[in-house]
Amino acid sequence: MAGAMKPWTPDQPLIRMRDVHKSFGTLTILNGISLDVMKGEVICIIGPSGAGKSTLLRCINALVPIDRGSILVAGQEVHDAKLDKLALRRKVGMVFQQYNLFPHRTALENIMMAPIHVLKHDRAEVDARARSLMRKVRLDGKESFYPGELSGGQQQRVAIARSLAMQPEAMLFDEVTAALDPETVKEVLVTIRDLADEGMTCVIVTHEMGFAREVADQIYFTDRGVVVEHGPPDEFFTRSRDERTRRFLSQIL
Amino acid sequence: MISTPCTDLPVLRPFRLGAASSAASILPLNGRQGVILMAALLVSVGIGEAQAGPAAPSILATIVKWTPLLAQGFALNIAMSFLAMAIGTAFGVALGLGQISVLAPVRASAWSVTQFFRNSPWLVLLFYCMLLLPFEVRIGNSLVSFPGWTKATVGLALPVMANVSELVRGAVQSIPSGQWEACEALAFTRLQTLRMVILPQCIKRMTPPWMNLYAILTVATPLTSVVGVSEAMTLTGDILSSEGRTELLVPMYLYLLLWFFAYCYPIALATLAIERRFQVR
Repeated sequence: MAGAMKPWTPDQPLIRMRDVHKSFGTLTILNGISLDVMKGEVICIIGPSGAGKSTLLRCINALVPIDRGSILVAGQEVHDAKLDKLALRRKVGMVFQQYNLFPHRTALENIMMAPIHVLKHDRAEVDARARSLMRKVRLDGKESFYPGELSGGQQQRVAIARSLAMQPEAMLFDEVTAALDPETVKEVLVTIRDLADEGMTCVIVTHEMGFAREVADQIYFTDRGVVVEHGPPDEFFTRSRDERTRRFLSQIL
Repeated sequence: MISTPCTDLPVLRPFRLGAASSAASILPLNGRQGVILMAALLVSVGIGEAQAGPAAPSILATIVKWTPLLAQGFALNIAMSFLAMAIGTAFGVALGLGQISVLAPVRASAWSVTQFFRNSPWLVLLFYCMLLLPFEVRIGNSLVSFPGWTKATVGLALPVMANVSELVRGAVQSIPSGQWEACEALAFTRLQTLRMVILPQCIKRMTPPWMNLYAILTVATPLTSVVGVSEAMTLTGDILSSEGRTELLVPMYLYLLLWFFAYCYPIALATLAIERRFQVR
């Protein structure tokens, strides 16, 4: 039975997707996706809109249930009715395009809520952690600001800090710069790059090709629910084999 | 980032400034009408005085004479409005949460109850409560009696409950789905999500329409005079029949109207002020 925890060892992928299928009604979103993410690896998923990139990410932390296939996160099968979803989500953090901060709480409170109420960590310890995360995302001094008082880029960095406060093993980024002004995109990307440099496992859906090329260990190009091509960035951007990939890159670069 | 709450529910519309004025117009009176009312009272007093002739005591003196009794009746109106609002809100919140339950049977029954009481005439509900509720209940050895006004309060609380239920449902559904998603991703349970993230945001959205509902309830309390509760409306009738002077009729009822206006109009103003403040953020 897939529900049983297989002991996970670092030589195995932290996230392993095999032949994942997902449809909404008659609309097929994922049509047999397979990918591997090793611990400490950064992968970027690119592709045209409607390729199922966001759905793919949401399957990994079980926000969206899949129809068929297998997703293992640290040896735990996600596609399992008996799955402890909350345990899974404590391991995998997620940052959204629309930030989704809690508007009625300050930046610091946004970061502190989940560790205190979900992980049941000590408040004083969480407070110290949250403040150091605010420094890490270069927002020290903004602790008592409400989300509505922060710029988009600042809100997104609070959202990243909020997710990191749960001390996840992997982070999922869903087009986190797509709603931002061009000038604030960079501050968010720098934050993510810092994380990647520190060895955080990241799965990043992005339209920022330059960033993907710089930060990724592997690029996955998806279209119509399948992985068309994947490889290390240099190879991918210069020697892509597939016709669809080349067409996409020529449009976007 | 902050999207305006989208809902098809009329109950939530007063959020936008354009629709906000409807909050006041639902109430029977606005500020200018208040002035007109006051003027009408004075004119009707004047006309009454002229009709009465010099022998009868003046209208104004009669009104002043009965004011303490009227105030007592009015106090009962306010007491009933407070109680009905409290009961209606407590049950309405529970019912509203039932409407967004993950369990289909709970959702369906909460929805049916809400729709039934929301779409029944207040006066009919009032009659049913007067007829169906016992006038006393034996608890252990003691006999607890329910005077008419308590039964009437329950009757008024029912439609309030249904309206609050809809307010809660509408408010919860107007919270962007991203808030739920973020909570899920942070491994909050559904209960934690509701308690810490969704409901605190709903309270802010619900306050103006809730206050509006209270004002509507207050002006509806004279309905209970039909079922024999000795509130201000009933007492006005009693006063008039004991005075037996037709020229008192118009000034007296206008006077009663002024009481309600003086109580409800500030609530309407406060509602508008709060709406405006929430608008700016």
